[in-house]
Amino acid sequence: MGAGPGGTLLARYVPGTSAVHRLEPHLKLVSVLAFALVVVATPVHAPWAPAAYAGYLLAVLTAAAVAGVSPARLARGLVVEVPFVAFAVLLPFVAAGPQVEVLGLSVSRTGLAAGGGLLAKATLSILAATILSATTEPRALLRGLERLRLPQVLVQILMFMIRYADVVGGELHRMRVARESRGFHGGGLRGLRVMAATAGSLFVRSYERGERVHLAMLSRGYTGRLPTGAVSAAAPGAWAVALSLPLAAAAVLLAGMLLG
Amino acid sequence: MTAPPPSLLVEDLAFAYPDGHQALFGVDLRIERGERVALLGPNGAGKTTLVLHLNGILRAGRGEVTVAGLPVAKRSLPEIRRRVGVVFQDPDDQLFMPTVADDVAFGPRNLGLPEEEVAARVTAALEQVRMADAADRPPHHLSFGQRRRVAVATVLAMQPEIVVLDEPSSNLDPAGRRELAEVLTELPVTLLMVTHDLPYAAQMCPRSVILDGGVVVADGPTPDVLSDAGLLAAHRLELPYGFSPAG
Repeated sequence: MGAGPGGTLLARYVPGTSAVHRLEPHLKLVSVLAFALVVVATPVHAPWAPAAYAGYLLAVLTAAAVAGVSPARLARGLVVEVPFVAFAVLLPFVAAGPQVEVLGLSVSRTGLAAGGGLLAKATLSILAATILSATTEPRALLRGLERLRLPQVLVQILMFMIRYADVVGGELHRMRVARESRGFHGGGLRGLRVMAATAGSLFVRSYERGERVHLAMLSRGYTGRLPTGAVSAAAPGAWAVALSLPLAAAAVLLAGMLLG
Repeated sequence: MTAPPPSLLVEDLAFAYPDGHQALFGVDLRIERGERVALLGPNGAGKTTLVLHLNGILRAGRGEVTVAGLPVAKRSLPEIRRRVGVVFQDPDDQLFMPTVADDVAFGPRNLGLPEEEVAARVTAALEQVRMADAADRPPHHLSFGQRRRVAVATVLAMQPEIVVLDEPSSNLDPAGRRELAEVLTELPVTLLMVTHDLPYAAQMCPRSVILDGGVVVADGPTPDVLSDAGLLAAHRLELPYGFSPAG
């Protein structure tokens, strides 16, 4: 019972040949990080902030259009944001200060700006990250992180996560099928106990698998370093393409500061 | 001209786990270059413990293991692990890199070989197991039988003196079993196959060794060993219903 073609993590990747797809992964990582930094650096309470958010949105949507990432795919990427939305919606009601009327409710003006700003910044950053994950294979992302000198140990942990997500997921699925085949229905306190036992045994199994994988690696001469193949240098042109997104955002921010 | 040293020489090997459980009580085993030997024995006989001594994962309490003339010792471990290729039972434990080619390259890169040499060995090893088409695929997209053959390629790429297989036929369908047997019998290496799949041993290995209770209790031509009903019964080994070792 293997994972479907693609597996859970690979499912986020949408194959394509756009300019964004062809960019070196480490350039895309730098680009998304720089874009997020510019977005976060925007002062929330400045009167021109909403205009700047609109500018960033335009920039990121242009990038999505160039990459051929569909609006539906972008919307799915935003699902991870839901907990932040809940927090941002609360802010106007709990913050102190002058009140304003919105839709017949009295809410805090600073809370509204802070909540709105939080929401806008999170949305923009996640949109950029969604474009990254939709145009870059997970293992290419790893290579990018490695080139950006992320410590080897972290790269290896991420690599194992990608490799074994489907194996552990398959194990969990088989345990669920076996449970239900013996007449188990979730829910209630008893259900929780069974879930806890499942999580415990899944942990033990994964831990033991980790030991076996380590043993197999040692048998092939593993010394703590994960040697990878040679990498080619990125062309200056590729840097220019990759940095166009954060540079556009920085231009919007600068315009806001100077004109606003 | 002197004969080449045996691929594997195990002399009076004894081992107890740190918790005091003694698994091996003085094992002697000599395997000549190019032999294909089946290591048979019931669960708990010490087969896995013995295998883990062959490449120095476990260190002998007493006795010695020598691989093609080189004793297993802390200093010689990198060379020992090149000479002894262990294929573990679950290919998901062995194949951990994002692609098949990366995984086969893992061992040669650990040896510090230049990239052209690594690429050549990856291609050669995958061709030997008839998996050259799968080089760029992720291991979890392959069938179980294909993954096991790739696992064999990962050790072939080290150009080992001896390949040790732990239960190579487990979980394979009949076609996968046959394909693996075809690949393994064509390999120009010494082979030690740990199994309780007696027909598979009869099919592939001219010689069989039975390990039980931490000692070698039988060693001889496979047909002889498998037709000794009393010997098999004494060590919890059983031929499948209707199988005749002479046929």
